[in-house]
Amino acid sequence: MELLVSETRFDSGSRWLLLHAVAVFVFLYLPIAVLILYSFNGEGVGGFPPHHLTLDWYRTLFADGPIWDSVLNSLQVALAAMVIALTFGVPAALALERAQFPGKALFRRLVLLPLILPGIITGLSLLMLFNVMGTKLSLMTIILGHGTALISVATTEVFAGLQKLDRAQEEASLDLGANYWQTFWRITVPNLKLPIIGAALLIFTLSMDEIAVSFFLIGRDNTLPLEIWGRLRRGITPEINAVSTIIFIFSLVAIVFWYRLRMRGEAGADVAAEIVQAVEGDAT
Amino acid sequence: MTTTPQIAVTNAGDDVSRTTLLSIRNVAKRFGRNLVLRDISLEVKEGEFLTILGESGSGKTTLLRIIAGFETASAGEVWMGDARLDRQPPYRRRVNTVFQSYALFPHLTVEQNVAYGLRVAKRPEAEIAARVSEALKKVKMSAHAKSKPSKISGGQQQRIALARALVNRPQLLLLDEPLSALDANLRRQMQVELKSLQREVGISFIFVTHDQEEAMVMSDRIALLRSGELEQVATPREIYGHPATAYVAQFIGHTNLLKGEVRAGVVRCGPLMWTAALPDGAALFSLRPENIRLASEKTTAPDTVRVRGKVRQQAFHGATELIRVECGDGLVMVVRTPGSGGALDEVELEFSPADAVLVRESPERI
Amino acid sequence: MFSRAYKAAVTLPPLLWVTVFLLMPYLLMFCYSFWSVSASQAIVHSWNLDNYRQLLRVNIYWQTLLRSMWIAARVTTFSLLLGYPLAYFLSFYAGKKKDLLYQLVIIPLWVSYLVRAYAWKTILGSDGVLNTLLQYMHLTKHPLEFLLYSPFAVVLTLTHIYTPFAFLPIYAALEHIPRNLVEASHDLGATPGQTFWRVIFPLSIPGVVAGATFAFVLSLGDFLAPLLLGGPSGIMISNIVVSLFGAAYNWPLGAAISFCMLLLVVSLLVFSERLEKKWSFS
Repeated sequence: MELLVSETRFDSGSRWLLLHAVAVFVFLYLPIAVLILYSFNGEGVGGFPPHHLTLDWYRTLFADGPIWDSVLNSLQVALAAMVIALTFGVPAALALERAQFPGKALFRRLVLLPLILPGIITGLSLLMLFNVMGTKLSLMTIILGHGTALISVATTEVFAGLQKLDRAQEEASLDLGANYWQTFWRITVPNLKLPIIGAALLIFTLSMDEIAVSFFLIGRDNTLPLEIWGRLRRGITPEINAVSTIIFIFSLVAIVFWYRLRMRGEAGADVAAEIVQAVEGDAT
Repeated sequence: MTTTPQIAVTNAGDDVSRTTLLSIRNVAKRFGRNLVLRDISLEVKEGEFLTILGESGSGKTTLLRIIAGFETASAGEVWMGDARLDRQPPYRRRVNTVFQSYALFPHLTVEQNVAYGLRVAKRPEAEIAARVSEALKKVKMSAHAKSKPSKISGGQQQRIALARALVNRPQLLLLDEPLSALDANLRRQMQVELKSLQREVGISFIFVTHDQEEAMVMSDRIALLRSGELEQVATPREIYGHPATAYVAQFIGHTNLLKGEVRAGVVRCGPLMWTAALPDGAALFSLRPENIRLASEKTTAPDTVRVRGKVRQQAFHGATELIRVECGDGLVMVVRTPGSGGALDEVELEFSPADAVLVRESPERI
Repeated sequence: MFSRAYKAAVTLPPLLWVTVFLLMPYLLMFCYSFWSVSASQAIVHSWNLDNYRQLLRVNIYWQTLLRSMWIAARVTTFSLLLGYPLAYFLSFYAGKKKDLLYQLVIIPLWVSYLVRAYAWKTILGSDGVLNTLLQYMHLTKHPLEFLLYSPFAVVLTLTHIYTPFAFLPIYAALEHIPRNLVEASHDLGATPGQTFWRVIFPLSIPGVVAGATFAFVLSLGDFLAPLLLGGPSGIMISNIVVSLFGAAYNWPLGAAISFCMLLLVVSLLVFSERLEKKWSFS
C-alpha cells in the first residue's frame, strides 16, 4: 500500500477510499489466511493464538483414501464437463453471433440462465428429468449437470471473443479457398484461443468447486466438495484446512498460468515486454 | 432515369479485342429496406485494370463483396466466363481479395499467410514452398518470410496481402481500398508498383477506391458509382474529357457547371452566348477551369466566347493559379491559369465552345 | 457470408442439448408442481393447484421466503457498500497497481465456496478464532454466542462470497467511463464530489444494477451457508426445498417452491435488464 500512496495524489476523500479498500481486502482474505494458518496448527481448528506448528494434518490427509478417491472423481467430472461445455458452448456462441432463427431470444436466455440461477434450481430440475427418464444417479449425471450449467461460461467467453474478431479474417480464409470447416479450425479457433482456454480453465475450476448442483445429482461416488461437505456436517476436521490450502495453491497456479498466457497473447509474443510487465506487476 | 449500361458496353476499354472475363448483370442489393445497389451491369475484360470509384456509402464495397461471395445479390447475376459465379461459395471462386485492413492472419507467419490458400487446396509441400518464395520475391518481401504480421510495417503488410492473393493465381483480383491506410508518399509509390505488377501478372484487377486521383492514375477504365447506381463507365481520359453527368464532372477534377438555355441553335447562359446544334430547352454544360483562358489582345480566334468579369479570389497553387471571376447575372467562373503574375482586378475570359461539354443533370437519389 | 449449412451446424447441436437438459427440466419442474404424493409415497399425476395453495396457507413457507429475501437484501446492500468504493478506488485512484489489485479481488472467487464458508465457521465458532482472540485479549469473559448459528453468520459469509460478484460489473462500468468526461466536469467547475455524484455515479448505475442482481439472486437461492452457519434462525427457503426433496419427501411441493423461485429470479433479471438499459447511454 506504501507504493500506492507514493504514486497517486491523495486528497482526504481518496484517503478514506484507500482505508476502505484495505479493509475490504482484509475482509476478503481473512478466511483464507485463517484457513492456511490453521492447517499447520497442532491443536486443530480454532483457538488463539495458534500453537505447535505441525504438518500432521497434511500427513493425515495424504493417508486419507476417500478424500483422494473424491479428488479423482472431481477431476474426471471437471474434465468431462469441460468437454461437454466447450463442445456445445462454442457453437452456441457462433450461433448467437451469426445465425438468425426462431426462438433465438429464448435460446440465448436459456443458455445463459444457469450462470445466474441458484444452483439448487438447476440441480433439482435435472434431478426430476433423470428421475422421469429412469437414469440412475452417478458421476455421469453430475457430469451432465455441470456440462449443461457451464455451457453458459463457454458461450459468454467465446461470444465476447467473437465480437472482437475481425470478420475479414474469416472472409480472407474463405476467399483463399478454405471451406467453412477448414476456416473454423485454421482461423476461427486460433483467433479464439485465449477465450477458449480461459473458458476451459474457468469451467474446470468451477466444476471442481461446484456443490449446489452436484448435491442433488450425486450417486454413490462423492466429488471432492461433497466429500468435504459430508465431513463438515459431521464436525470440524482440520484435514479440511489442509486440503483447502492445497486446492487454493492449485487455483493460484491456474490463475498465474492464465494471466501469463493472456499477457503473451496481448503483447504479441514479445518476451521482453512480458518480463517487464511481470516485474512491474502490470498484469493485463 | 436513364440507364447507363449501354455506355458501359460502348465505351468498354481501350482494347476492344479482349474477351470478357466477368459479367455483372442487373445486380441489386437490399439491406432491409435500404437499397444499396440497383440494377448494376458491368463487364470486366481479361487483363483489365478496372476501378470502381465512389464516395463512401455509394455501394462500391458491397459490389466487391458480391463478386467475392461475402454478400449475396438480392437480384441479378454474376458470370465468370460461361459459369455462374454468384451461386458458388467464396472458397470455390477463382477470385481473390486484398482486404482494406489486409486481414493478415496474426497467428501465422508471413510465409504461412502466403501459403494458406495453397495449403488448404492441399498442394504438394514442394510446390507450395516454390510458389510462396516466388511470390514473396515478386513483392520484395523474401527477407521477412518468418516474421509475424504484427512485426512488419503497413506498406509491407500490404505487399504480403497482395502476395497471399496472387500466389493462388486467381483469374480476378479484387482490391478493397488497399492503399487507404498508407501515408501519401508510400501511397503514390504503391500506385505505380501495383499498376506495373498488374501488367506483369496479366490478371484482371477490380480496384475499389474513393480517391479519384488514384483512379485516374491506375485504371484502364473507371466505373463511377453514385448512391448504388453506375454513373459512367469509361477510360480515365474519356471520363475526364467527356463526363456524362454533372455529378461525374464535379467528382472527377474541378469544373464549372453552366446552366444554359438553348433556342434555335443558340446557347445562352447569363452573359455567355454561343452556337451549338442542340434541341431547344434547358441544357447543362461542364467547362473545365483549364479550358478557360485570360483573353489577350492577340488571340482573336473567330470561334471563342468572351466575357468580362471582376476577380473575387485568387489561389496560388504553384504551377497554376485558380481564379474566381464574377461575370454578372450570378455567373461565377473558376479559371485555371499558368500564373497570372500578380493581383488582378478586372479580366476578360475566353473559351472555345467545343470545350463546354453537354452533361446530364444528376438528380438527387435517396 | 455464412451458408445455411454452417448456421445449421452451429445452431442445432447446442439448441438440441439446451432443449433436453435445460428447457425440458424446467418444464418438468412446472409439471411436478401440479402433482402430488400419495400416502404410499408415490407421485400422483393429477393436476391441481394444491401445492400453490399450501404455499400461501402455511405460514412457514412464505415467512421463510420473506426472511430469505430480507437476508439477500442485506447481503446485497453490504456487498454494494463494500464493492462500490473498492471498484471506484481501483478504477480512479489505484494508478499502475490497478490490474494487480483487480486480480487480488478476483482470486478469492477461485477459492472453494465451501471452504470459505467453513473458514468463517472456524472464525466465528464459540471456541473459534474470533472468540478465543477476544478472550485472549480479555475483551470478553465468555464466548459471544450470537456470532455463529445465526442470520448474522449467514449474512456475513454470503457478503464475503458475493462482494467480488458485486464488484466486478461495477468496476467494468467505471472503467468504461471516458476519463475526459471527468476532466470536462472539473473544467466546468465541478468539485470532485460533484463530479462523482453528477457524472461518475449515474454512468455506473448499470454496473450497480448488475452487481446487485448477482448478489441478490445468488444469495437468495443459497442453502449451504445456512446449513453450515445459520442454525435454526438462519433457515432459508432453499433449505425447505432441500428437505422436501429429501427427508420430507414431497417433490411436488418442493417443485412448486422451486418454480416460484425460478419465476422470481427470471422476473428480477428482466427487471434489472430494463433498468440497465434505461441507464446506459452508449
